[in-house]
This record gives sequence, structure tokens and C-alpha cells, in this order.
Amino acid sequence: MTESRVLSLNNLSKRFGSVVANDAVNIELHRGEVLALLGENGAGKTTLMNMLFGHYLPDSGSIDVADEAGEMHPLTLGHPQAALDAGIGMVHQHFTLAENLTVLDSILLGSESLLSWRHNRRAAREKVGRIIERTGLAAPLDEQVGKLTVGERQRVEILKALYHDARILVLDEPTAVLTPQEADTLFENIDAMTKEGLSVIFISHKLREVLAFSHRIVVLRHGKKVGEIATSDADERVIARMMVGADTPVTPRETMEPGAPVLQLKAVTVKGDNARTSLHSVDLTIRAHEVVGIAGVSGNGQSALARMVSGLASPDSGEMMVSGNKISRFTPPVMQEAGVGRIPEDRHHDGVIGAMSVAENLVLERLNDAEVRKHGFLQQKYIRSQAEELSKDYDIRGPGIDADARLLSGGNIQKLILARVFECMPDLILANQPTRGLDMGAAAEVARRLMEARTRGAGVLLISEDLDEILALSDRVIVIHDGQLIEAHSKDRETIGLMMAGEHV
Amino acid sequence: MIRIEPREAPSRWWTIGIPVVSALSALLLAAIPLAAAGANIFEAYGEMYKGVFGSTFAFTEMLTRATPLIFTGLAATLAFRAKLWNIGAEGQLYLGAMAAVVVGTGMIDAPSFVLIPIILLAGATAGAAGMAGPAYLKTKFGADEVVTTLLLNFIILIFLQMMLEGPLKDPMGMGWPQSEPIVDNAILPQLLPRMRVHSGLIIALVVAAVAHVMMSKSVWGFKLRAVGENAAAALHAGIGVKRTLIGAAVISGALAGLAGVSEVAGLRGYLTTDLSPGFGYTGIVVAMLAGLSPIGVVISAVFIASIFVGADTMSRAIGVSSYLADLVVALSLICVLIGGFVARYRITRTTKGDA
Amino acid sequence: MDILQILLTDSFWAAALRIATPLIFGVLGALICEKSGVLNLGIEGIFVAGAMAGWMAVWLGAGLWGGLLVAAMVGGFFGLIHAMLTVPLGLSQHVSGLGVTMLATSVSYFTYRTALPKVSSPPKIEPFQPLDIPVLSDLPFIGPVLFQQTAMTWLALFMVALVWWVLNRTPLGLAIRAVGDNPDAADAQGLSVYGLRIGAIVAGSALMALGGAFLTMSAFDSFFFGMVNGRGWICIALVIFASWRPGKALLGALLFGAFDAFQVRLQTEVGAFVPSQVFLMAPYVLSIFALVIVARRAEYPRALLQPWFKGQR
Repeated sequence: MTESRVLSLNNLSKRFGSVVANDAVNIELHRGEVLALLGENGAGKTTLMNMLFGHYLPDSGSIDVADEAGEMHPLTLGHPQAALDAGIGMVHQHFTLAENLTVLDSILLGSESLLSWRHNRRAAREKVGRIIERTGLAAPLDEQVGKLTVGERQRVEILKALYHDARILVLDEPTAVLTPQEADTLFENIDAMTKEGLSVIFISHKLREVLAFSHRIVVLRHGKKVGEIATSDADERVIARMMVGADTPVTPRETMEPGAPVLQLKAVTVKGDNARTSLHSVDLTIRAHEVVGIAGVSGNGQSALARMVSGLASPDSGEMMVSGNKISRFTPPVMQEAGVGRIPEDRHHDGVIGAMSVAENLVLERLNDAEVRKHGFLQQKYIRSQAEELSKDYDIRGPGIDADARLLSGGNIQKLILARVFECMPDLILANQPTRGLDMGAAAEVARRLMEARTRGAGVLLISEDLDEILALSDRVIVIHDGQLIEAHSKDRETIGLMMAGEHV
Repeated sequence: MIRIEPREAPSRWWTIGIPVVSALSALLLAAIPLAAAGANIFEAYGEMYKGVFGSTFAFTEMLTRATPLIFTGLAATLAFRAKLWNIGAEGQLYLGAMAAVVVGTGMIDAPSFVLIPIILLAGATAGAAGMAGPAYLKTKFGADEVVTTLLLNFIILIFLQMMLEGPLKDPMGMGWPQSEPIVDNAILPQLLPRMRVHSGLIIALVVAAVAHVMMSKSVWGFKLRAVGENAAAALHAGIGVKRTLIGAAVISGALAGLAGVSEVAGLRGYLTTDLSPGFGYTGIVVAMLAGLSPIGVVISAVFIASIFVGADTMSRAIGVSSYLADLVVALSLICVLIGGFVARYRITRTTKGDA
Repeated sequence: MDILQILLTDSFWAAALRIATPLIFGVLGALICEKSGVLNLGIEGIFVAGAMAGWMAVWLGAGLWGGLLVAAMVGGFFGLIHAMLTVPLGLSQHVSGLGVTMLATSVSYFTYRTALPKVSSPPKIEPFQPLDIPVLSDLPFIGPVLFQQTAMTWLALFMVALVWWVLNRTPLGLAIRAVGDNPDAADAQGLSVYGLRIGAIVAGSALMALGGAFLTMSAFDSFFFGMVNGRGWICIALVIFASWRPGKALLGALLFGAFDAFQVRLQTEVGAFVPSQVFLMAPYVLSIFALVIVARRAEYPRALLQPWFKGQR
């Protein structure tokens, strides 16, 4: 590893509305170095990299990049093309590949003049071949991208960057979607690439791989750089503390005796297309007065669990009981009838109808209630008075109950959904990423409401990627990894963190 | 760099202002082809005005023309609200007309107050069936309803020719391909003596009012809007998406069918293949111009009908082709589309570069 | 005459290819638009505009090839309107397309009526003549089928090859395919999603207009109201049937042409027993049928109908 700088991020800041995504972040990267950018979800890692790559325009700060000769030049911000030209390649967590193209075509895309009357596929094939030889990034060049595995797609993304002569490669959570074997191969490839002089930033929240494969670690928390350490000086405890902070916010809670089971899963298997959508013979019991937190890295089967409990998908085998009644048809109305309140993960996409009013959204799930419907007509008076009341009770702030729901902020949309769900007095509440993207105040309100429902006697299935939240709210923590549920017997942060990474503790 | 951002809260004013401005812009833009055709623009607009407001007769003619447009406009409105692209109102109109002729030319002998509801029901049913097919093909096979309804328009028109040269042909029609006349008891009564405007207009207005109430006050309308605006959230909330779509299709087709009944039983008295000069397609413009509001449909149908009737008069007076009306209609659609964009988004300039 | 015998006559196949020609242009045009991610329902009106503009240009003395150029430019102009509405403004592709169809149709009819106010039968032009290529056109069977078609049929066949080449063998085609599948992928490589889509729509619309021009400048020698008669819509169905492949588009158009030519001949055979309308209806029914059988497994360009705004990911 040489000491020559190739990249310098200077005081970068970015806000989205009232949320500070990045606050005066400074980072340097050297030639041949692997820098791990570590932080929990929402710590601002991806936003920072999107500014580097020109997808977002920073509110303040600058970026300098070295040219081939090693001279530093300021980068034109807000232009992906400028970043590409400066030799920065980015592999997003969500790949930007067109599935209908072959691998070779995907790599070639954008590299030739559009006026050229034919591809120089032979030369391209040779160049890609040389890169594969040097780095070991094997990919079937003539296969359609749509037919590749996730690991292969990722290699295509990296090949694409290298083909465009990237000297700095940014990998956004590269192992989030990979099997452990694929991840190992990736790090071997990265090792080979850095020996060729490439510099790599990889974003992660998995301690094990960061310690194993990086040279230096930068830790972000709440958008700020909170630590920087050479990997050789670090161990898991040190960086775990940097990542999550020393103190965990305490939500007041009284100990309660769990009651009768409200949700029981017995040997439930969901055969999805891949690991993200599968569950392998899982058992789970949630009782009244109990919050069960499902901790895990996203894409380990959380969505399969949530879709099933929401009534959007049926299990392939096994059975599910709600308050002791076996569920035989998995549809949203059946779940509502059974007493399941559902807070969806993507609140804008699945939770509200943006072009309908706040009042209308509040009764979206109650269209068959006698109070809402009479002879097929909506009881406007009831709906409006109900909306006024709920807006006050749940502190839904916005232009009013007749305004379109899309005009509300994320926090207020979530409050709207809470109001709708909780007013039906559900026995079981599915809360899927209930505070993702919310500011502190709204997040605290969501937490308070969930605890209130617990006190009332509901059971809560809390799915979250935010370990702090899980630890603060849950009576029991269950780790989801690779479609399986494993009970964590202590609420020890580091133990759970290791379990999330698939280690057997 | 130019950025497109959604507007915070489009005021109520926009929803009325946009269609009005669009309609006026379309009329103004029509000055270009008028000038190109060598007409005196002011004279031309003057003649158009006279063609609508110049006499009671002119005005009632306009209302007569607006009647089928209210029906087809409502048909498009209900379907489009559910994001179901029913482009087949033209065909469904003819199905409705055929059903009215089958039932109303002597098949049943009954007094008016019985027979008129029967032919209305028959026409609505036929139109509904015409749209139920494409909706079924969409929900069952995933066949795009735009293409199937468009092609069905042609199929139905050819089928009509076949019927008019075959089973439905009037033996007293001197060989012309036209149906037997509707029996007197099935004729929709005229509203004013010596004017062609008929009670189909009253039915259209009642249907528009009912559609308005259903859309804004009923659970059915609520579900329809929910499915159209965000099918994923509607599904998550437990609304039967497919069922709602089929329901919207059936009602939309029925409304288009009523347009056919109204034209045959209220205006022509018998059926020919030129019953509709594209009322089905124009209904789409009526609906878009109305911002997919059933009450708005009545107003925009009156506007579009005025353009057609006014252009006819203008054409007779100064010899400019009456296809100008179609041109204004098309321009109205494009203007209202752009207007809708202006209402929903704002274009801002962002300073680019080194910040 | 036996059914088999119909299929063996050279005149049948010559007719099939002739009927297919405008559809080939139309399907290719729609294919290019959709490959870039935009449905162009302006096709029916653009056919009318192409038919009118090409014919009128020739009538005004532009010459046949000049007429084709005018038709293509007019088609491109209406395509540009659709492109501006659907690409940077991201408006409903369905409604915008229908609007363009209405606009193009009414502009054509209005222009025609304004230029020729009081004619009952429109003036005729001297249309493209069958290319009588010596020797080749005298070949048995192949001669009449292939070598007695007009230059426009040859142009259509050439376009199939050209569109195939551009889409599959050039960086431009690669970019268009990427934009129609995942605009973010193209954007991430610094390609202009807007520019590519607008360009594809304009080019595709120009091709559609040539399909219309074939009607007035090769199949017939004059312009009539309603002469396009749903051919554009049939093209939209055929694109899906052809899975967005130029080769299959040619095949689909030819099958369609063969079917149409066949029903005309069958009609003369059994016309006494079956109403002629049954045959007239057949092409449209066939299109719906073809659509239904392929719909479930059709691999739509993944970004079709999805508006894309720069900087909103």
C-alpha cells in the first residue's frame, strides 16, 4: 500500500428536508487501499457515496480526485458522467443492469460512440477477457443478465466499472445479497484488484468481513464521521461501540406477563425465488402483552414473513394460527378479520393512496364496517368526525383531513397508518420497519404507540433492521438469517450482531 | 440543470382553471389552420358562435350533439378512474344501438313506460358485455385492453354491417343497409316541439348525477378510485382489485351502450353504420377535459358539442372544412394533458456545479 | 378451387407480401418506440398523416421519393409531439398517443379538405410501379412474388434488416434496448435517457408514416377518408406477437398478409354461403387471438409505459 492519495471528500453535507443525511464528512482514500465505510442503516453511507458518484448534489463541501498521474483535481459535482470520467466506478446495492442485455453488452453500454455503425465486440471481448484474467471476476459473457445469479450480476457491475477504467471502485453493501461463498470469492477478487493499483471503498455493516478484508475503517453514525481506525488496530468490540454508540435510548416499559398466544407459526416454509423471499420451516410464537423483535440484515426472509402475515402470500407448507384460529386462506381481508393490524414496510407504496384524502385513507381498511358503510354508501359524517378525532389523537399534522395523503410528511403518513391500524384494536400487530426514514420525534411516537398496544394486550411482531429499535422495544429478540429464525437468549448487542452475520453463538 | 418536482398542494383553482384554459387555448390555436385555409378568423369564430347561440334551434342542436358525448364521456371517466383503458366506447355504443333495435322494432309490444326502460336496459347490457370481454381477457390472460378494445371497435362495426345486410335489414328500406324503424312506443320523447333535442339528454344528465354520487359517495366509487390511484395499497388494504376492475369495465361499457340507445331511439329512429361520427373516441377527450369528473363531463361535452355544431355552421357559411372541429378536439386533449402536468409539477432550475 | 391450390399460386403470395408491406413499416416503427420504453398509440393517426402527406407532396410535384421524404418528416413531427409529452413531461402514454392519433388524423383531413374543397373523387398520382427486374422477374413463382413488387416493398424489407442491424449490432441500438429495459442502467453509464427515447420515437414514427404512404403511393394512387382502417392498431398487436424482434415482426406481418389474401380468395369461393363481413372481420379477430395467446409469456420491455425523470431514483 502506497501513501499516495487518490480521493478526498472534503466537508460534505447533505440534508433531505429536515433530515441531515451527512454532516461535514471528511474521508481520504489511498492508492491500492480497501476502505470500509461502516455504519448502521440510515447512518448516511449510501447518501455519501451517491454524492461522490454525482447522483446527489451536496449542499456543501467538495471532492478531489487524482488523475492517472496522481494529480488531484476537483470533481464536478452532480454529474455521474464527470465521476465516470474521473475514474470512479460504483456498484449500487440495487444493480443498474438492463436484464435484457447480454453480459458483454451490459459492459459495453455507454462505452462507444452512438454514431458508430457497429460494435467492436471483438476488441471489447479481449479487453474484458484480460480484466477477468487479472481479477478472477468470472462471468458468462454471452448470457442474458436476467438469467444470472445475484453474485454474477455483481461481478458484471464490477467488470463494467473496470472496463470503463475505474481507478476507484465503490461497492455499496456488496455482500448484502450474496451467499457466504460468493462473498468470499468477491473478497478474493477485490484483493487481486487492489494489487493492480485499484482503490476500493466498500460500504457494509457486517463487522466480520470489514475486519477480515479492509485496511482502514471509517465509521458513520447519524450522518457524522464518528471514528476512523486502521483495521489492524481494531477488533469487533471497538467498532461495534463506534457504530451503535455507547448509550441505548431507553423507552419506558413495564414488565408484563405474556398472555395467550396471538400468533403461532408451525414449520412454515415459503419457497421464494431466492433467499430474500424464502422461509425454511420456521416456528414462532407471539403472545399477548409481548413484543417480539425480528433482527437481521435485510434480504434474509423478512419480506416473506411480512407478506405472509399481511395476507399477500401463502406459505407452501406449515400452518399459521392467529389467536388460536388456523388461517386457511391468506388474503388481506382474512387477516383483518382475524385481528391482524399491518404496518407495511413501504408506507408510500403499500400504506396509503396518495391521491385520496387523509380522511379516506383512514377508513381504507374499514369499508365493510357498519359505521363506515350504510346501504353501500360512505357515511361521510362519521368518516370526517372520525378523521378529525384521529388526527388529533395521533397528532397527524398536515393541510387537513380533506387534503391528499401524499402531501403529508413521511412521519405523518406513518401516524396515519398507525391510527388506521390501532383503531381496529388488533390482537396482533405486524410492524415492518415502522420507523425507517422517520425523524426522532415521529420515531418515538411510533415506539410509544407500539408499547401502548402491548399494554392493552396486543402482541407485536416487530421487523426492523435497526438493532437499537429492536433492543429498546422487544421483550424477546429473534434473529432472522437465511430464511431461518433463531432465538437470541440474551439481549446482548454483540451476540445478536454476530448471529445476524450468520455466526453460531 | 432543469429539475421536475411535484408541486406541494395544487389548489382547487387548478382543477377548474386547467380545463378552461386548455379549451380556450385549443380554440385559439385553431386560428392557425383557419388562417392557413385563408379564412377571416374573426368571421369564422363569429359564425361558430352563431352556430351555437344564434337561435333556440342552434342551441338545442348543440344539446342534441352533447347527449351521446355525455354518455361516452362518462364511460371513459369511470374506466379511466380505475386505470382501465377502455378505448372501445365506439364499439360498445353500436352494440347498445343494435340491442335497442333488436328489442325495439316489434319484438316486444308494450306501452312506452315499459318499453323504454327495456330498450335502455338491453342497450346497457349489450355495451357492458362488449367491455366485459376485454376486461376478462385482461384479468385472465393479461391481454392489453387498449389493443383489444380498439380492435373490437372494428369487429363490431363490421358485425353491424353484416346484421344490417342480414337479419336486421329493413325490408322496406329500398335495399339500403339500415334497420327497421324503432316502434313508436320505444322512441325517447322530444323535449321541445319542432326541435330534435330529446329525453336522452335528461337521461344523460340523470346518469351523470348518479355517476357523480356513486364516485364520490359510495363504497363502490371509493374502491374504484383506490384501485386506480394505487392498486398495491388497495390490495394491501383488502380491496378486491380484479373484481373492482371488472365492475368498472361493465359499468363503463353499459354507459357507452346507452349512448347508442339514445342516438337510435331518441334521434335517428333506425340504425345505420354512420350512427356515430366517433362519439366513442371523442368521449375520451370529453372525459380528460373534465378531469375525469362526472359533473365536469356534462360541461365538457357541451363544449365539445359546441365546437362540432359551431364548426358545421362556420363551414357552411365560409367554406372552411368542418374537420376543423376534430382538430380543436384533438388540440383540447393535448392542451389539457400539458395543463395537467403544469398543475402537478413545477419545473425549477437548479444551480449546477461546484456548490 | 381447392384451398391448397390457393396457397400454391404465385398471385396469392404476391398479394400477401403487398398487404404485409405497410404493416412491416408500422410494426417496425412501433417496435423501435416500444424498445425504448414508450408505447406510441399515435400510430393510427401517423399512418393517416403519412398517407396524406406523401400523396399530396407527389401531387404537388415532389416526385415519389420526395413524397416519401415528406411523409417520413411529417410522421417524425407527430412523433416528436408524442415524445415531448411522454418523455420529458412523463404524461400518460396511452392518452398522449390517442391525442396524437386524433391530431394527426384531423390535421390530415382538414388539410385535404382545405386543399381540395369540392372534389368528389380525389386526383390520382402516378404511384410506384412494380419493379420489373429483367430475368429475375421471369423466374417461375419467385419472379411474380418477389420481383414484381414496388420499390416500397423492397424498402420495407431493407428496413427490417436495417432495424435489426441497428438494434443488435450498433452501440446506438444497445443504448435504446437498455433505455427500454432499465433507464437507470443507461443513465448510470452517462447516456441520455431523454435523448434516446425522443430519438427512437421520432424515428419510429417516421417509419410508421412510410407505412401510411405505401397506401396512397403504391397500393392505391389516391387518398381516401378511412383508408387506414385500423392498420395501425393491428401493428400494435403484431409487435407484441413478434416479441419485439424485427425478424418476427416481418414474419408476423407476412402471416397476417397471407391470411388477409387468403380470406379474400376464400371469399370468392364460399362467398355465396358466408357473409363477406365474416372475412372482413377475420384480421381483427386474428389480431386479438394472437394477442391473447402470447400475452402471458410476452416479454415486454421492462420499462414500457414507465415514465422516468432524471435525478429521481
